[in-house]
Amino acid sequence: MLKKVLTGVAMLGSLALVATGCGGSSDSGDGSSDSGGVIKVGFAQTGSESGWRSANTESMKEAFSKENGFDLVFNAADNDPAAQIAAVRSFINQGVDAIVIAPIVEDGWDDVLNEAKEADIPVILEDRTVSSSDDLYAAWVGDDFTKEGETAGQWAADTFGDTATKLVVLEGTTGSAPANDRATGFDSAIEGTKIEKIDSQTGEFTRDGGKKVMEGFLQKYGVDGIDLVFAHNDDMALGAIEAIEAAGGTPGEDIKIVSIDAVHDGMQALVDGKINFIVECNPLLGDQAAELVKSVLNDESVDKQTFAVDQSFTQDQAAKVLDSRPY
Amino acid sequence: MTRWMRHRLFLPVVSLVALILVNAIARPRFVQITVRDGELYGALIDILRNSAPLMLVALGMTVVIATRGIDLSVGAVMAVSGAVALTIIDGSSDPGNVGTVLVAIVVSVLVALVLGAWNGFLVAVLEIQPIIATLVLMLAGRGVALLITDGFITTVTSPPLKYVASGHLLGLPFALFISVAAIALIALMERRTALGVLTEAVGINPEASRLTGVRSRGIILGAYVVSGTFAGVAGVIYSSNIMAADANAAGELIELYAILAVVLGGTSLTGGKFSIAGTVIGVLIIQTLQSTILFLGVSSAESPVFFAFVVILVVLIQSPRVYQVARRMTGGRRHHPAPEVTTGVEVTS
Repeated sequence: MLKKVLTGVAMLGSLALVATGCGGSSDSGDGSSDSGGVIKVGFAQTGSESGWRSANTESMKEAFSKENGFDLVFNAADNDPAAQIAAVRSFINQGVDAIVIAPIVEDGWDDVLNEAKEADIPVILEDRTVSSSDDLYAAWVGDDFTKEGETAGQWAADTFGDTATKLVVLEGTTGSAPANDRATGFDSAIEGTKIEKIDSQTGEFTRDGGKKVMEGFLQKYGVDGIDLVFAHNDDMALGAIEAIEAAGGTPGEDIKIVSIDAVHDGMQALVDGKINFIVECNPLLGDQAAELVKSVLNDESVDKQTFAVDQSFTQDQAAKVLDSRPY
Repeated sequence: MTRWMRHRLFLPVVSLVALILVNAIARPRFVQITVRDGELYGALIDILRNSAPLMLVALGMTVVIATRGIDLSVGAVMAVSGAVALTIIDGSSDPGNVGTVLVAIVVSVLVALVLGAWNGFLVAVLEIQPIIATLVLMLAGRGVALLITDGFITTVTSPPLKYVASGHLLGLPFALFISVAAIALIALMERRTALGVLTEAVGINPEASRLTGVRSRGIILGAYVVSGTFAGVAGVIYSSNIMAADANAAGELIELYAILAVVLGGTSLTGGKFSIAGTVIGVLIIQTLQSTILFLGVSSAESPVFFAFVVILVVLIQSPRVYQVARRMTGGRRHHPAPEVTTGVEVTS
């Protein structure tokens, strides 16, 4: 029996690898580069796990378009780190001019980044970062999660700082960089205020998770026992809104909500008065990444770290920009 | 040793009651049920309502496991059915129309039925190992769901759809009625007709039952159709709960929780004898355990460990071998402990 189970698990694992490996390597393989000043860029995206990611992919494809003088080889690895490394290797073999990576995980990049370095292909990291030493890549562009948390916390401190406030937190996926850094930033900003964090639990960055955890909090403390919700992303805030309404409360009034991301549905809820404050996590990194690629290829010196500009929105500000936002 | 203590559901029920007691002692609010606008409201009601998707999936899984099979694709089927339903509603001119929502639900459940039939075809007709046959859809289904939703989370505003997961009927959550209807349907089909016995026969020895004239192929195919269809309904409930089709998160890992519920309820993964009531208790244990994590304030980092620890505890309590050893250690019936207990367990399981 045990043997059977083990074989089953092994089969499962290998099949999963094969399947995702196939799905990931859908490169368009028109080989030659260096033709007529067109810059051939390989972009290894994580996958297509969220609305944020879709907007990010769109932005990259737009910035690295033919009109802008690029020839983009795009790969989405379905969140399989091995498939992503294989994709980067194939970029190296195809002899692209530059490689852009949105790393799925932080670790395990040393070998392939060394190979890129030996082939003299500069690597730009986008969104997430890697644990390898920073001379293995040219630059990084992304969002400052700690700053996002700080901005959200600062709003909470300014709004509630002097009154006793009971706060619950809907955390992102345990151990992920955005969850860790946003918590750190938020906590440092509300330090010394009268805001008291009474509970905190992971909602896995999903609406369903946010709703279930919020339901639990509401059963535990009652609508009157919670004043403020800090959700690590909009999706969980949207789930929390459903839970608060089901419990007979009015989200945005009885219980105030602050969240991070500024995806369309979240902004809509902000305009509707159900969320009180949103800090943006800007997915439109394409233009900045394209600028970096051009500068690096022209041997101009670039900053190792470039932070995207993250705005923040109150309800009134959101109403003004909602229609003009591309995502 | 009284008779009811030997009942095979005794230990699962004890585990469930113990969990509820722990919560009630930690926070008396847990067992408090209030009436708000004519609707019952409380943590226990939330558990009954939130358990609906897992209940449906686990019931389907019970029937599949009884035929010696397994269905890993249920989570992906949930994602597909939710994506289909919400895409239809989102694309219609009148998302708030009851007719639109009914059409969307019927179409999405039919799609799920077809996916279930596909699994059944692979297993029953092509005789591919169930774990591999359903793995195909488990991996491909979520991709299909993402294609349907264009990689975005489709959000709709539609009161009739919201009613499915969040509405109330006679003061109780509507989702609870869906659960109860599914339990009743399976119980009627399997226990009031010969189907249950035939299913068990197929699970115990497919070859022997085929030789005695049981049409095992049809029964196995039917089991996967039921599992797929129920997963489809679960997908609609899931989407209705958040009013969005989240192709990545819908039904994630639910196949494993469903298998866990079936096992906690005392049904063996080797097929044959199965317990519908056991699965119901198993689902409630898992759902209560998830609330327990919140109510006891277990931190996010520790909660998977806490969950695993309690599950191991519950499984250990139910293990005949552990029971035997415990009996021996407490010194009860020292003379012939092993055969007595073993036969007792076998007769009741």
